[in-house]
Amino acid sequence: MLDFPRWKVLWLWALTIVGMLAAVPSLTATAGLNWPSVLPEPKINLGLDLAGGSHILLEADPSQVRQQRIEAMEESVRNKLRQSGDIRISDISNRDGALTFVVADPTKVDAVREAVLPLTSGAGLTGQRDWKIDVVDGNRFVLTPSQEGIDQAVTQAMDTAVEVVRKRIDALGTKEPTIIRQGANRIVVQVPGLQDPQALKNLLGQTAKLEFKLVDTSALPSDVARGIAPPGSEIVPYQDPKLGAIAVKRLGGIRGDQLTNAQQTNSQQTNEPVVNITFNSDGGEKFAKLTTQNVNKPFAIILDGKVLSAPNINEPILGGSAVISGRFTTESANQLAIALRSGALPVDLKVVEERTVGPDLGADSIRKGMIAMLVGTGALMAFILITYGRFGVYANLALVVNVLMILGIMGIVGTTLTLPGIAGFVLTIGAAVDANVLINERIREERHRGRRVVQAVEMGYKEASRAIFDANITNVIAAVLMFAFGTGPVRGFAVVLMIGIVTSVFTAVTMTRMWVAQWLRRARPSELSL
Amino acid sequence: MKLLKLIPDNTNIHFLKWRLPFYIISLLLMAGSLTLVATRGLNLGVDFVGGQMIRVTFERSAEAPVAQLRGEVDKLGYGEPIIQRYGKPNEISIRMKLPEGSDHDPALSDKMARTITAAIKTAHADARIDGVDSVSGKVSKELGWDAFKALGFAALAVAAYIWIRFEWQFGIGALFALVHDVVLTLGMFAITQMEFDLNIVAALLTLIGYSLNDTIVVYDRIRENMKKYRKMPMPELLDLSVNETLARTIVTSLSMLITLVALLLFGPDVIFGFTAAITLGIFVGTYSSIYMAAPILIWLKVNPKSFIPTESALEKQERLARERG
Repeated sequence: MLDFPRWKVLWLWALTIVGMLAAVPSLTATAGLNWPSVLPEPKINLGLDLAGGSHILLEADPSQVRQQRIEAMEESVRNKLRQSGDIRISDISNRDGALTFVVADPTKVDAVREAVLPLTSGAGLTGQRDWKIDVVDGNRFVLTPSQEGIDQAVTQAMDTAVEVVRKRIDALGTKEPTIIRQGANRIVVQVPGLQDPQALKNLLGQTAKLEFKLVDTSALPSDVARGIAPPGSEIVPYQDPKLGAIAVKRLGGIRGDQLTNAQQTNSQQTNEPVVNITFNSDGGEKFAKLTTQNVNKPFAIILDGKVLSAPNINEPILGGSAVISGRFTTESANQLAIALRSGALPVDLKVVEERTVGPDLGADSIRKGMIAMLVGTGALMAFILITYGRFGVYANLALVVNVLMILGIMGIVGTTLTLPGIAGFVLTIGAAVDANVLINERIREERHRGRRVVQAVEMGYKEASRAIFDANITNVIAAVLMFAFGTGPVRGFAVVLMIGIVTSVFTAVTMTRMWVAQWLRRARPSELSL
Repeated sequence: MKLLKLIPDNTNIHFLKWRLPFYIISLLLMAGSLTLVATRGLNLGVDFVGGQMIRVTFERSAEAPVAQLRGEVDKLGYGEPIIQRYGKPNEISIRMKLPEGSDHDPALSDKMARTITAAIKTAHADARIDGVDSVSGKVSKELGWDAFKALGFAALAVAAYIWIRFEWQFGIGALFALVHDVVLTLGMFAITQMEFDLNIVAALLTLIGYSLNDTIVVYDRIRENMKKYRKMPMPELLDLSVNETLARTIVTSLSMLITLVALLLFGPDVIFGFTAAITLGIFVGTYSSIYMAAPILIWLKVNPKSFIPTESALEKQERLARERG
């Protein structure tokens, strides 16, 4: 017990000093001082509930991905069969979660199956394919996307969505946003300091799927008004509800996703805000072809399923750029430009949870948390001092080292301090002295039983450490579960608890034992005042 | 220097003599708490029921004009608001149900938040909007379920740990003591109708950890004494163990209370409920480790033989060999 080899002492001090030094940047930042930028700066991040800012949870609907896959499959099947010549299919439907069609000539069923099979691919690890191909009633094909295929597609879509979200938020010029995937189909966006998330939400709520489709001029206005479209066409509403809806041809249009740039400008004719888009070479060619083949016909510019405008193609547009007008304000045109530049979202994202915290509340909480910590620690140290005397001094020293080490480790690990985390911090301080109380009470007891000083101290540490160990393990169990099931602020609390448990065992048991041992060796007391 | 001694040495209080009445009282309190939770209900925050919560501070008023606000928000036609003070009298939270159809169109809930905050700001120049939380029904259900799972798993995990470290009777005793602590704390939330949100779940989890500290310290001493005094009857042995650890129990609980009271008095207002939950938990936890966790060992028939190391196969061989000479 008294035996503390020099190397061990040096090690303990080195650990302690590194831990405490790491706390300095966080403390100077709180005090408003500057930290020399050449030095490493392990600073504690403040959670949104302390720094103020916005937390937005976005969710995608997997059934949308399913429908998209079915529609894409329809197009692939049509193209494939068109290429293979004389196979005719009819009664095509993409409703009810599957693609169905009828092969006119029953002898061609096998040929169709062979043509369709290469359009599917493996999915998952167990050898499933992403589509199930069935033939019913002899010549009706039913193509059902498998769950594995959909899961895979959702994962891909979410990966892309995270990237798109990141680009859009960066374009807004917000600082230090956090964008994380959560679960299978969610994205968490946290932007510190953002007070009005409206612009951000407008931007993220826009899927920005831009399409150019030909207007079906054969549709009767009375049918369109009743929502009835001619075969091969569909009814698409205008963005401006006053304009009603128009019929557009389902196929033969092009997607506006092959862009190199999109800028908000003002129209030279009307001076209203418009968005100027520039296609890449592939997209430009397709656009040129579409406009060349359909001169003097109107085409609809459709954004996220709403018609922005349906201008006439007066002449072929060959330059690879186009102007989109649609009763924009400067702000909404700018948002559309950003959304188009960052690419379309592969799925719609909906806000399912949103939390905004004002900056004053957080600052207030930090200030009050500091006061509570100082008052609490001060009172506690006084209490421990009058209860345990010299041993209380050691316990208090350990407490101060503990506080600094918690701050230091939080800075090094880069954890986020949240509002409950402040409470966790104060609580840890209260609980940390428990180890010293257990040890000191045990030493007292052993002395009363007549053990000599050194033996009593030795027994005190030995016998108490069992309970200290068990108690801390149960606390770790609670903290780990808190971390596993909690979100945001609660996780921050759990992290502080865990760090506090580790450092408090180190300071309250190991450090004080070293100090007590050194004192016993130096002073050789024959009586303990305890 | 004369040191403070809260508990005299060698106390010999017969705690366990009163175990039956205290057990009955505790069980009654638990039943009462559960009844209150069932009838009055917990004042669940938007984290668990979904909806929108707006926090407002009235910077130049001593007290928030709650009644007036209720009228002002009610007038906007989004339904009746739940307005509640938290922390200081001039700090309030306004809770609303999300407008119909907002699951499909989030713009509707945005509009509601804007309308309400605008109305408050117009009517009260000193109103400071401190935060807006919107939680959809789907997310709130998940949060509630996650909280329930976390509490359940935590309780079972720590009980299992104690079972491994001690004996199964101790595991049950610890589980019973912490269920007691959590149930009584829930009862307090049902009585005071303080808002029950995610932070409170974190507080309950902390409570599970800390209230067990006391139980473990007492159990550790019981185990030690059981090895030391094989012939002592259980009630006497439990009394001895509780008395021996009494000084530690009191000093530690006071230490925790000192920091918690500092948090209650000076700490951030937003986590008042959180701190209150833990403070109550410390009181209840100290009591339950003496009156819930210890006596149950008598009823579950723990006896000193539990801790006599059992003979291993090798030892048995050696003993038989010795006996044969």
